[in-house]
Amino acid sequence: MIKHSQLEVRHARRRHTVRAGDYYIAGLERGQTLRILDLEGNQAADTLFYSAADPGERYSAMDTIRAQGNVYLTAGTILRSNEDNAMLEIVADTCGRHDTLGGACASESNTVRYGLETRCMHACRDSWMLALQEHEGFGLRKVDITHNINFFMNVPITASGELTFADGISGAGKYVELRALMDVIVLISNCPQLNNPCNAYHPTPIEVLVWDELIPA
Amino acid sequence: MSQNSSPARDADSRYATELPGGSHWSLMVRRGLQLTLTDIAGGANVGMLLYNPAQLTERYNAPDTLKCQHTFRLTAGHCLYSDMGRIFCALVADSFGWHDTVCGNSHARQVARQWGGRDYQVDRNRWHQNGYDSFLVELAKYGLSRRDMAANVNFFSQVSTDEAGKLSLSRQAAAGDAVSLRFEMDTLVVLHTCPHPLDQAAVYPERPVRVALAPADPLQEDDLCLNHCAENRRGYQNNALYHLGLPSRSA
Repeated sequence: MIKHSQLEVRHARRRHTVRAGDYYIAGLERGQTLRILDLEGNQAADTLFYSAADPGERYSAMDTIRAQGNVYLTAGTILRSNEDNAMLEIVADTCGRHDTLGGACASESNTVRYGLETRCMHACRDSWMLALQEHEGFGLRKVDITHNINFFMNVPITASGELTFADGISGAGKYVELRALMDVIVLISNCPQLNNPCNAYHPTPIEVLVWDELIPA
Repeated sequence: MSQNSSPARDADSRYATELPGGSHWSLMVRRGLQLTLTDIAGGANVGMLLYNPAQLTERYNAPDTLKCQHTFRLTAGHCLYSDMGRIFCALVADSFGWHDTVCGNSHARQVARQWGGRDYQVDRNRWHQNGYDSFLVELAKYGLSRRDMAANVNFFSQVSTDEAGKLSLSRQAAAGDAVSLRFEMDTLVVLHTCPHPLDQAAVYPERPVRVALAPADPLQEDDLCLNHCAENRRGYQNNALYHLGLPSRSA
């Protein structure tokens, strides 16, 4: 569902450009709004969320899709945790559909998907591994790296149960916005994948913007 | 709908047991064994997680399993992958045709809301156990916690979607339906027989499941799973590297 934001960029508290192959890790407080902006189009932002108070509680793809009865994420979706609690709400979305089945690329799964010779190519999971090592204060370990959201990715399911990686439905300037319903840690890998046609073999930067709680006019 | 590369191996099983519905169990399954699950009465659900006992941070990875084989459903020909690009096991026979791996588990709150709360004092071992707590109990036996709980398989539950992505539990197994998993590496198998989280049955479903272990036939060059897609052939190459230097398996 397409829903535009009322937030103005000039009021954003924080703005970060995340280049392809880099990660973003930061806290997001309850009430704050996070926007992920696809600067050049058809980029994948592989994203995980954790409760800041208890990182063992984290985004759960299964609980999220089961609770809403739908496999695709868009405006109105409540992102739920492995404890089946509401973590964030998607409050705006100009893309219309985001994937949470396909998971992230890893150098190990790349060997299976694209060939054994791709083993040493950079991958989302390696970005996350570095994020964990460089930010030990968040208390995250390898076991906390699970089933993520692929913002801006289009992974339709056919009636006969096939999973297809279709051309992106995102484009330059499209965005998704999430309001935190609890204090969370945001962990994003801006996907470095060079073997998948869905980004035209050309990963590009994203921007992350954060607004404080809306003050009623 | 069904595909069979080899018949269920119950006849020459080395070990067989029956799990009541609403139960949980875990066991080590060695490379070269075939595990067959049979829905005894129909309408069963078997939640399953897989771990590498030599390195417990290596575990079943549903997204990699789905995207490596371009599938949303699991059936004969598919392999269950770890997050390290290796194959835990291959679905060598399946009379049901479509197993779910995206819906996760029933929770205590949900079970209580639908069928009444879990109460051992009254119900004894026919209490309303849920899938999430079942996994928690089994995982703790190996020093694992909720942080180690990945998306599980739900055998005998078909979950399909419409064009808009709406999910439904569209079919459940009939009495006698069976699926056989050939293990390609030593694996810690954690399983429960609790209801599928989308099950809308009027009463708490208590559906027993037979679990049988038998030696698997050695992998042949024309194997259904090996040849299902180029990805699986590469997965087997990763397993071969993992086992390099070990004695080759014997049935």
